[in-house]
Amino acid sequence: MKRWWPYPLLTAALVAMWLLLTESVALGSILMGTILATVALWGFRALDPPGGRLKRPRAAFALAGLVMADVARSNLAVAKIILNPRKTERVSGFLRIPLDMRAPYGLATLACIITGTPGTIWVEYNSANNSILLHILDLVDEKTWIDTIKGRYEKRLMEIFE
Amino acid sequence: MTHLADLPVWAAIPVALLLLLGASLALIGSIGFVRLRSFYERVHAPTLGTTMGIGSVLLASMLCFTVLQSRLVLHEILIAIFMVVTTPITLMLLARAALYRDRSEGSDDVPAAPPVPPVQTAAPPAPDAAPPV
Repeated sequence: MKRWWPYPLLTAALVAMWLLLTESVALGSILMGTILATVALWGFRALDPPGGRLKRPRAAFALAGLVMADVARSNLAVAKIILNPRKTERVSGFLRIPLDMRAPYGLATLACIITGTPGTIWVEYNSANNSILLHILDLVDEKTWIDTIKGRYEKRLMEIFE
Repeated sequence: MTHLADLPVWAAIPVALLLLLGASLALIGSIGFVRLRSFYERVHAPTLGTTMGIGSVLLASMLCFTVLQSRLVLHEILIAIFMVVTTPITLMLLARAALYRDRSEGSDDVPAAPPVPPVQTAAPPAPDAAPPV
Protein backbone atom coordinates (compact mmCIF):
# COMPACT_ATOMS: atom_id res chain seq x y z
CA MET A 1 0.00 0.00 0.00
CA LYS A 2 2.68 2.44 1.11
CA ARG A 3 4.89 1.45 -1.80
CA TRP A 4 2.23 2.08 -4.41
CA TRP A 5 0.58 5.11 -2.84
CA PRO A 6 3.10 6.97 -0.70
CA TYR A 7 0.84 10.06 -0.39
CA PRO A 8 -2.81 9.01 0.00
CA LEU A 9 -4.13 12.56 0.55
CA LEU A 10 -2.29 13.95 -2.46
CA THR A 11 -3.42 10.98 -4.57
CA ALA A 12 -7.05 11.69 -3.67
CA ALA A 13 -6.57 15.40 -4.48
CA LEU A 14 -5.07 14.60 -7.90
CA VAL A 15 -7.90 12.18 -8.72
CA ALA A 16 -10.42 14.85 -7.68
CA MET A 17 -8.62 17.34 -9.93
CA TRP A 18 -8.80 14.92 -12.85
CA LEU A 19 -12.51 14.31 -12.32
CA LEU A 20 -13.15 18.07 -12.20
CA LEU A 21 -11.10 18.63 -15.36
CA THR A 22 -12.90 15.93 -17.35
CA GLU A 23 -16.24 16.82 -15.72
CA SER A 24 -17.28 13.21 -15.33
CA VAL A 25 -17.46 10.57 -12.62
CA ALA A 26 -17.59 7.65 -15.07
CA LEU A 27 -15.61 4.55 -14.17
CA GLY A 28 -13.18 5.24 -17.03
CA SER A 29 -12.36 8.73 -15.71
CA ILE A 30 -11.84 7.45 -12.17
CA LEU A 31 -9.55 4.70 -13.46
CA MET A 32 -7.56 7.09 -15.68
CA GLY A 33 -7.30 9.65 -12.86
CA THR A 34 -6.04 7.02 -10.43
CA ILE A 35 -3.40 5.78 -12.87
CA LEU A 36 -2.21 9.33 -13.61
CA ALA A 37 -2.14 10.32 -9.91
CA THR A 38 -0.23 7.18 -8.96
CA VAL A 39 2.43 7.61 -11.62
CA ALA A 40 2.73 11.38 -11.01
CA LEU A 41 3.31 10.80 -7.29
CA TRP A 42 6.05 8.26 -7.99
CA GLY A 43 7.79 11.11 -9.76
CA PHE A 44 7.03 13.40 -6.83
CA ARG A 45 8.55 10.90 -4.40
CA ALA A 46 11.74 10.85 -6.46
CA LEU A 47 12.14 14.57 -5.63
CA ASP A 48 12.46 13.55 -1.96
CA PRO A 49 10.08 16.20 -0.53
CA PRO A 50 10.36 17.09 3.18
CA GLY A 51 8.03 15.16 5.44
CA GLY A 52 5.02 16.74 7.11
CA ARG A 53 1.44 15.97 7.90
CA LEU A 54 -1.87 17.76 7.92
CA LYS A 55 -2.71 17.17 11.57
CA ARG A 56 -6.05 18.92 11.84
CA PRO A 57 -7.92 19.12 8.52
CA ARG A 58 -10.94 20.78 10.11
CA ALA A 59 -8.81 23.63 11.44
CA ALA A 60 -7.42 23.99 7.90
CA PHE A 61 -10.92 24.60 6.51
CA ALA A 62 -11.61 27.15 9.25
CA LEU A 63 -8.36 28.93 8.37
CA ALA A 64 -9.28 28.92 4.66
CA GLY A 65 -12.56 30.67 5.48
CA LEU A 66 -10.78 33.22 7.65
CA VAL A 67 -8.20 33.94 4.95
CA MET A 68 -10.91 34.42 2.30
CA ALA A 69 -12.65 36.99 4.50
CA ASP A 70 -9.32 38.75 5.13
CA VAL A 71 -8.47 38.75 1.42
CA ALA A 72 -11.82 40.37 0.59
CA ARG A 73 -11.27 43.03 3.27
CA SER A 74 -7.74 43.87 2.14
CA ASN A 75 -8.89 44.00 -1.49
CA LEU A 76 -11.17 46.86 -0.55
CA ALA A 77 -8.48 48.51 1.60
CA VAL A 78 -5.87 48.41 -1.20
CA ALA A 79 -8.41 49.57 -3.80
CA LYS A 80 -9.13 52.55 -1.54
CA ILE A 81 -5.41 53.35 -1.24
CA ILE A 82 -4.92 53.21 -5.02
CA LEU A 83 -7.97 55.34 -5.81
CA ASN A 84 -7.26 57.91 -3.07
CA PRO A 85 -6.61 61.08 -5.10
CA ARG A 86 -4.52 62.77 -2.41
CA LYS A 87 -0.97 61.66 -1.81
CA THR A 88 -1.47 61.26 1.91
CA GLU A 89 1.18 60.53 4.48
CA ARG A 90 0.73 56.78 4.02
CA VAL A 91 3.89 54.93 4.91
CA SER A 92 4.89 51.70 3.23
CA GLY A 93 7.92 49.76 4.23
CA PHE A 94 9.66 46.58 5.25
CA LEU A 95 8.92 44.73 8.44
CA ARG A 96 10.89 41.86 9.94
CA ILE A 97 8.90 39.39 12.01
CA PRO A 98 10.43 36.59 14.11
CA LEU A 99 8.55 33.31 13.79
CA ASP A 100 8.15 30.31 16.05
CA MET A 101 6.98 27.92 13.35
CA ARG A 102 9.53 25.67 11.65
CA ALA A 103 7.29 23.22 9.76
CA PRO A 104 8.18 23.61 6.05
CA TYR A 105 4.61 23.23 4.76
CA GLY A 106 3.37 25.64 7.41
CA LEU A 107 5.90 28.23 6.22
CA ALA A 108 4.91 27.63 2.59
CA THR A 109 1.24 28.11 3.44
CA LEU A 110 2.03 31.29 5.40
CA ALA A 111 3.95 32.60 2.39
CA CYS A 112 0.94 31.96 0.13
CA ILE A 113 -1.43 33.62 2.61
CA ILE A 114 0.74 36.72 3.09
CA THR A 115 1.57 37.20 -0.58
CA GLY A 116 -1.94 36.32 -1.72
CA THR A 117 -3.44 38.96 0.56
CA PRO A 118 -3.28 42.37 -1.14
CA GLY A 119 -1.14 44.87 0.75
CA THR A 120 1.40 42.44 2.16
CA ILE A 121 4.13 40.51 0.39
CA TRP A 122 6.64 37.96 1.69
CA VAL A 123 10.10 39.04 0.60
CA GLU A 124 12.60 36.91 2.44
CA TYR A 125 12.91 34.03 4.89
CA ASN A 126 15.97 33.78 7.09
CA SER A 127 16.36 30.21 8.31
CA ALA A 128 19.27 31.11 10.63
CA ASN A 129 17.04 33.00 13.09
CA ASN A 130 13.67 31.87 11.67
CA SER A 131 12.46 35.34 10.76
CA ILE A 132 10.64 36.67 7.71
CA LEU A 133 10.90 40.00 5.92
CA LEU A 134 7.63 41.45 4.63
CA HIS A 135 6.85 44.51 2.57
CA ILE A 136 3.65 46.20 3.67
CA LEU A 137 1.79 48.78 1.62
CA ASP A 138 0.10 50.52 4.55
CA LEU A 139 2.48 50.25 7.49
CA VAL A 140 0.47 52.27 10.01
CA ASP A 141 1.36 50.36 13.12
CA GLU A 142 4.10 47.74 13.13
CA LYS A 143 2.79 46.08 16.28
CA THR A 144 -0.68 45.51 14.80
CA TRP A 145 0.85 43.80 11.78
CA ILE A 146 3.09 41.58 13.90
CA ASP A 147 0.10 40.61 16.06
CA THR A 148 -1.97 39.86 12.96
CA ILE A 149 0.62 37.62 11.34
CA LYS A 150 1.63 35.82 14.52
CA GLY A 151 -1.68 35.63 16.36
CA ARG A 152 -4.06 35.22 13.47
CA TYR A 153 -2.15 33.01 11.05
CA GLU A 154 0.99 31.53 12.62
CA LYS A 155 -0.80 30.22 15.72
CA ARG A 156 -3.41 28.43 13.61
CA LEU A 157 -0.84 27.09 11.13
CA MET A 158 1.22 25.67 14.00
CA GLU A 159 -1.89 23.87 15.25
CA ILE A 160 -2.44 22.42 11.79
CA PHE A 161 1.10 21.46 10.82
CA GLU A 162 3.11 20.95 14.02
CA MET B 1 -23.11 33.10 -27.52
CA THR B 2 -26.78 33.63 -28.41
CA HIS B 3 -27.93 31.10 -25.83
CA LEU B 4 -26.85 33.57 -23.14
CA ALA B 5 -30.25 35.15 -23.77
CA ASP B 6 -31.74 32.03 -22.16
CA LEU B 7 -30.23 33.05 -18.82
CA PRO B 8 -33.10 33.96 -16.50
CA VAL B 9 -33.07 37.43 -14.98
CA TRP B 10 -32.60 36.23 -11.39
CA ALA B 11 -29.30 34.67 -12.46
CA ALA B 12 -28.28 37.31 -14.99
CA ILE B 13 -28.21 40.12 -12.41
CA PRO B 14 -25.75 38.49 -9.94
CA VAL B 15 -23.64 37.22 -12.87
CA ALA B 16 -23.41 40.74 -14.29
CA LEU B 17 -22.63 42.27 -10.90
CA LEU B 18 -19.91 39.71 -10.17
CA LEU B 19 -18.35 40.26 -13.61
CA LEU B 20 -18.39 44.03 -13.07
CA LEU B 21 -16.84 43.67 -9.62
CA GLY B 22 -14.08 41.39 -10.94
CA ALA B 23 -13.34 43.64 -13.91
CA SER B 24 -13.29 46.75 -11.70
CA LEU B 25 -10.83 45.16 -9.28
CA ALA B 26 -8.54 44.14 -12.15
CA LEU B 27 -8.77 47.70 -13.51
CA ILE B 28 -8.01 49.26 -10.12
CA GLY B 29 -5.04 46.93 -9.81
CA SER B 30 -3.75 48.12 -13.17
CA ILE B 31 -4.28 51.76 -12.19
CA GLY B 32 -2.15 50.97 -9.16
CA PHE B 33 0.80 50.30 -11.49
CA VAL B 34 0.63 53.95 -12.57
CA ARG B 35 -0.18 55.55 -9.25
CA LEU B 36 2.04 53.77 -6.74
CA ARG B 37 5.51 55.19 -6.30
CA SER B 38 8.17 52.54 -5.73
CA PHE B 39 8.67 49.08 -7.19
CA TYR B 40 7.84 47.40 -3.88
CA GLU B 41 4.55 49.30 -3.70
CA ARG B 42 3.67 48.40 -7.26
CA VAL B 43 4.15 44.68 -6.58
CA HIS B 44 1.02 44.88 -4.39
CA ALA B 45 -1.20 46.21 -7.17
CA PRO B 46 -1.80 43.09 -9.32
CA THR B 47 -2.89 41.04 -6.30
CA LEU B 48 -6.30 42.71 -6.54
CA GLY B 49 -6.90 41.06 -9.88
CA THR B 50 -5.45 37.70 -8.88
CA THR B 51 -7.51 37.30 -5.71
CA MET B 52 -10.97 38.80 -5.49
CA GLY B 53 -10.92 39.92 -9.13
CA ILE B 54 -10.48 36.44 -10.54
CA GLY B 55 -12.63 35.03 -7.73
CA SER B 56 -15.62 37.14 -8.75
CA VAL B 57 -15.23 36.29 -12.43
CA LEU B 58 -15.01 32.56 -11.62
CA LEU B 59 -18.08 32.75 -9.37
CA ALA B 60 -19.97 34.47 -12.19
CA SER B 61 -18.86 31.75 -14.61
CA MET B 62 -19.91 28.96 -12.24
CA LEU B 63 -23.30 30.54 -11.67
CA CYS B 64 -23.89 31.30 -15.35
CA PHE B 65 -23.06 27.84 -16.70
CA THR B 66 -24.66 25.98 -13.80
CA VAL B 67 -27.95 27.70 -14.64
CA LEU B 68 -27.56 27.45 -18.42
CA GLN B 69 -26.64 23.76 -18.46
CA SER B 70 -28.88 22.78 -15.52
CA ARG B 71 -26.05 20.91 -13.81
CA LEU B 72 -23.37 21.80 -11.29
CA VAL B 73 -20.36 23.32 -13.09
CA LEU B 74 -17.46 23.42 -10.65
CA HIS B 75 -14.23 23.07 -12.59
CA GLU B 76 -13.56 26.81 -12.23
CA ILE B 77 -12.46 25.91 -8.69
CA LEU B 78 -9.30 24.46 -10.25
CA ILE B 79 -8.41 27.83 -11.79
CA ALA B 80 -8.79 29.44 -8.38
CA ILE B 81 -6.58 26.83 -6.73
CA PHE B 82 -3.87 27.13 -9.39
CA MET B 83 -3.93 30.93 -9.10
CA VAL B 84 -3.60 30.81 -5.30
CA VAL B 85 -0.68 28.40 -5.51
CA THR B 86 1.25 30.02 -8.39
CA THR B 87 0.81 33.81 -8.07
CA PRO B 88 2.79 34.15 -4.82
CA ILE B 89 5.75 32.45 -6.48
CA THR B 90 5.92 35.04 -9.26
CA LEU B 91 5.44 37.98 -6.89
CA MET B 92 8.03 36.69 -4.45
CA LEU B 93 10.48 36.10 -7.26
CA LEU B 94 10.03 39.71 -8.49
CA ALA B 95 10.32 41.18 -4.99
CA ARG B 96 13.40 39.14 -4.19
CA ALA B 97 15.07 40.04 -7.46
CA ALA B 98 14.46 43.74 -6.74
CA LEU B 99 15.78 43.36 -3.21
CA TYR B 100 18.88 41.57 -4.45
CA ARG B 101 19.57 44.34 -6.97
CA ASP B 102 19.00 47.12 -4.43
CA ARG B 103 21.26 45.45 -1.90
CA SER B 104 24.04 44.86 -4.38
CA GLU B 105 23.79 48.53 -5.38
CA GLY B 106 24.08 49.47 -1.71
CA SER B 107 20.71 51.21 -1.53
CA ASP B 108 19.70 52.63 1.88
CA ASP B 109 15.98 52.15 1.26
CA VAL B 110 16.01 48.40 1.81
CA PRO B 111 16.94 46.47 4.95
CA ALA B 112 20.43 45.02 4.93
CA ALA B 113 20.97 41.35 4.26
CA PRO B 114 21.06 39.26 7.43
CA PRO B 115 24.56 38.26 8.49
CA VAL B 116 25.51 34.96 6.94
CA PRO B 117 26.49 32.40 9.61
CA PRO B 118 30.06 31.19 9.17
CA VAL B 119 30.12 28.07 7.08
CA GLN B 120 32.51 25.30 7.97
CA THR B 121 34.45 24.77 4.82
CA ALA B 122 36.87 21.99 4.22
CA ALA B 123 40.46 22.95 3.66
CA PRO B 124 41.17 23.48 -0.02
CA PRO B 125 42.61 20.37 -1.58
CA ALA B 126 46.35 20.44 -1.93
CA PRO B 127 47.43 21.27 -5.44
CA ASP B 128 48.81 18.39 -7.39
CA ALA B 129 52.51 18.11 -7.25
CA ALA B 130 52.97 18.06 -10.97
CA PRO B 131 50.53 19.67 -13.36
CA PRO B 132 49.46 17.37 -16.16
CA VAL B 133 51.55 17.93 -19.20
